[in-house]
Amino acid sequence: MQRIGVFVCWCGSNIAATVDVEAVSQALAKEPGVVHSANYQYMCSQAGQDLIRAAIKEHKLTGIVVCSCSPRMHEMTFRKTAESAGINPYMVEIANIREQCSWIHKDILTGTEKAIVLGRTAIAKVNLNAPLTAGESPVTKRALVIGGGIAGIQTALDIADAGFEVDIVEKNPTIGGKMAQLDKTFPTLDCAACILTPKMVDVAQHEKIRIFSYSEVAAVKGFVGNFDVTIKKKARYVREDVCTGCGLCTEKCPVKKVPNEFNLGMDTRRAIYIPFAQAVPKVATIDADYCNMLKNGKCGVCSKVCTAKAIDYEQKDTLIEEKYGAIVVATGFNPISMEKFDEYAYSQSKDVVTSLEFERIMNAAGPTQGKLVRPSDGKHPHTLVFVQCVGSRCANCAEKGKEYCSKICCMYTAKHAMLTRDKYPDTDVYVFYIDVRTPGKNFDEFYRRAAEEYGVHYVKGMVGKVMPEGDKLMVRASDLIANKQINIAADMVILAAAIEPDKSARSIATMLTASMDTNDFFTEAHPKLRPVESPTAGIFLSGACQGPKDIPETVAQAGAAAAKVIGLLAKDKLKGNPCVASSNELMCNGCSSCERVCPYGAISYVDKEFRGPNRTVLVRRVAQVNPAVCQGCGACTVACPSGAMDLKGFATKQIMAEVDAICK
Amino acid sequence: MKVTYFPGCTLKNKAKQLDIYGHKCAKALGVELEEIEKWQCCGGAFTTSSDEIATKLSSVRALKEAESKNQPLVSLCSACHNVLKQTNHAIQTNETFRARVNNYMADGEYNGGAKVMHYLELLRDVIGYDAVKEKVVNALNGKKVACYYGCLLLRPSKVMQMDDPENPQIMENLVRALGGEPILFPYKNECCGAYVSFENKDYTAVKSGKICNNATLNGADIILTACPLCKYNLEKCGSDIPVVYFTELLAEAFGIKE
Repeated sequence: MQRIGVFVCWCGSNIAATVDVEAVSQALAKEPGVVHSANYQYMCSQAGQDLIRAAIKEHKLTGIVVCSCSPRMHEMTFRKTAESAGINPYMVEIANIREQCSWIHKDILTGTEKAIVLGRTAIAKVNLNAPLTAGESPVTKRALVIGGGIAGIQTALDIADAGFEVDIVEKNPTIGGKMAQLDKTFPTLDCAACILTPKMVDVAQHEKIRIFSYSEVAAVKGFVGNFDVTIKKKARYVREDVCTGCGLCTEKCPVKKVPNEFNLGMDTRRAIYIPFAQAVPKVATIDADYCNMLKNGKCGVCSKVCTAKAIDYEQKDTLIEEKYGAIVVATGFNPISMEKFDEYAYSQSKDVVTSLEFERIMNAAGPTQGKLVRPSDGKHPHTLVFVQCVGSRCANCAEKGKEYCSKICCMYTAKHAMLTRDKYPDTDVYVFYIDVRTPGKNFDEFYRRAAEEYGVHYVKGMVGKVMPEGDKLMVRASDLIANKQINIAADMVILAAAIEPDKSARSIATMLTASMDTNDFFTEAHPKLRPVESPTAGIFLSGACQGPKDIPETVAQAGAAAAKVIGLLAKDKLKGNPCVASSNELMCNGCSSCERVCPYGAISYVDKEFRGPNRTVLVRRVAQVNPAVCQGCGACTVACPSGAMDLKGFATKQIMAEVDAICK
Repeated sequence: MKVTYFPGCTLKNKAKQLDIYGHKCAKALGVELEEIEKWQCCGGAFTTSSDEIATKLSSVRALKEAESKNQPLVSLCSACHNVLKQTNHAIQTNETFRARVNNYMADGEYNGGAKVMHYLELLRDVIGYDAVKEKVVNALNGKKVACYYGCLLLRPSKVMQMDDPENPQIMENLVRALGGEPILFPYKNECCGAYVSFENKDYTAVKSGKICNNATLNGADIILTACPLCKYNLEKCGSDIPVVYFTELLAEAFGIKE
């Protein structure tokens, strides 16, 4: 029989206001096995923990039940407390009487009754608990970063500078991501390329970093410290180790009309291309959808002009197997498609552009060499209308836009408006907004400069529609402060499209068993206290894959993710979770049901000798669990038809005892 | 399949084509519009007298009949649909309104159980545009159609919930199913001038004129509508672009137009 101590926490008034903690500790004192029951204002405080330690010594406790907040908050705290007083940490159970009781009830009688039931349930379980010891597993001292934008670049550099090897997998032919497409960066207006490309070069030259460009993660197996990852290196039909990046092929290729994705389709490139001058790696790539040689075997110009003999039309996709200790997701974002926003005439007029397109127009390396001209006729625009929140903060149009604020648009729109007025003082610039949101260091000063010094017309209100008439765009909008409808004949309209996670994020999340929210942003382990870790151990989050972010925030978070990775890789061994499945070999009939449902590949089968009747030896096929691989999900215990499979710490017997205690 | 049908006053006079072809096309698609036997005027505009109970009662009776037959209440006229849907919503969400209405309901209370559906929604959500497509015998052969919504079908959007009020597609997709080509038409949800035509015909002519001009400018052959009042105003504005009910176009494509 266990000697159980019950400790009921008030959590200040969080619990005590809705649950009669004294009544709970008295009621639970009468439960079988309980030899001590107390309550205290903050059980997690030093004084509270001392109370538990003292009680363990005084009453010779063998099991502990803490009625407090969610085990996600303080299970580790109380396990350590118990361990320091000489009790196995797995003899501690938490009854969650805060999130699952006091916070959701209003009536103290109901709350108290439920708290007693929850406490009784935990006691029933502790009565059947057994001490468990965690095993250890080694750590592969190498990290994988998925995505080579500024987030992935910064994370990789920080990890590599700490002395660990890092691989970056980037699906595009070059690293650099969205930041490489930007012109200037707010609030200091330094040129994006000037601050990004040195970092790209650092990545390329770092001896600890490998770049797998034009590659995707194809499969992930294993667990924290020991991930087995398959990387698919897509055929680029150019030998990376031989190509010098001279670019001759990209000038001679006869297929000239390929939409240039780097300039968002506003100009064209060849079928063999290098995305931009500072690309890393600076290696050409053949676009198989357009290359005549690959499509019908008639051409071969690039191969003929290549002095380095780097062209290889026979190249195939290759699969690379690598081992990693930690994985960082840095898959980034994209602006949403404008196809559902016909009211802004995006598909009707070339002069209606998204902000990212405008960024390319303003960029000296862009389709117009940085000259602000209308895409339709190349004329200089005089009246420009910026529309903010296109698809952002769409509370009632979830099928069309996003409910959240995209966060970066207010600032980049202020930047665009300011730069336009600065370079072209003959322009009239209007910005339509719901709210102007500029929290951030030197952000509000920046926006005010746009409005006050540069004379940008900020109008509170939304644009209802844009109507192309002749060579003008008739913009109809509301001015909420003047309470009137306004009509502007504009030359260009710029839409601040909402941003969303990259489409690849969902499949990557599935491979990593990392959780996402309803918008497909990766969820963090704790929104405030563990913002760069996924709830899945060994998976870390960097940049906009976790939520909309600007560059300063992305870089800060990228560094934070790197610090977490370094902390993990610095360890030689990781303590595992002892709550793993184990099979009772005497009951196992070797049916393979458990092996089939195991998502981690932790179960294998062995032929084992058993003693049969009359001194005979029987050989039977039985399941064996690799405790280092098992994650304790419990799928096998449900699938096992003979009841041979059980989960340590969550045995069927324990669960049933809990259910009985609830139903008592 | 049978649905309860509320025609409304105009569909028996000026807007007969809306009604007649509505019936015929529904029949072709295997749906019977069961007209309420003793229907009365829907009550006219909801918003201009939202605190007036008496004018809502005929709508409530229609809703109650549909509920008792366990059928959706379908209408064709934008204005009737708007009143029926808004009345039903008010009954569902506004306790005072519900209580006041039920004071008048001699033969049992009505508490908002009916489902109000516009004919276009019936086509899109119940029958489906694929089934509509199968019945097409005279495809519209790329006829350029300006789908004109006006205000009543879409707004207030939280109550009507038919389509995106800024960029609706329900008629466009119907036109596509019939083989026509819906044009991009920014004036599709502008006001035609509505009842102002009683007092100031010049003003409605300006409002409607802009709509017709914009449709023509964007290459439309015809303007498509579901609203008798819109059709009236658009036709009186001095433009010569034909304005037709969507049921007429449907009948034309189904080969049952006389």
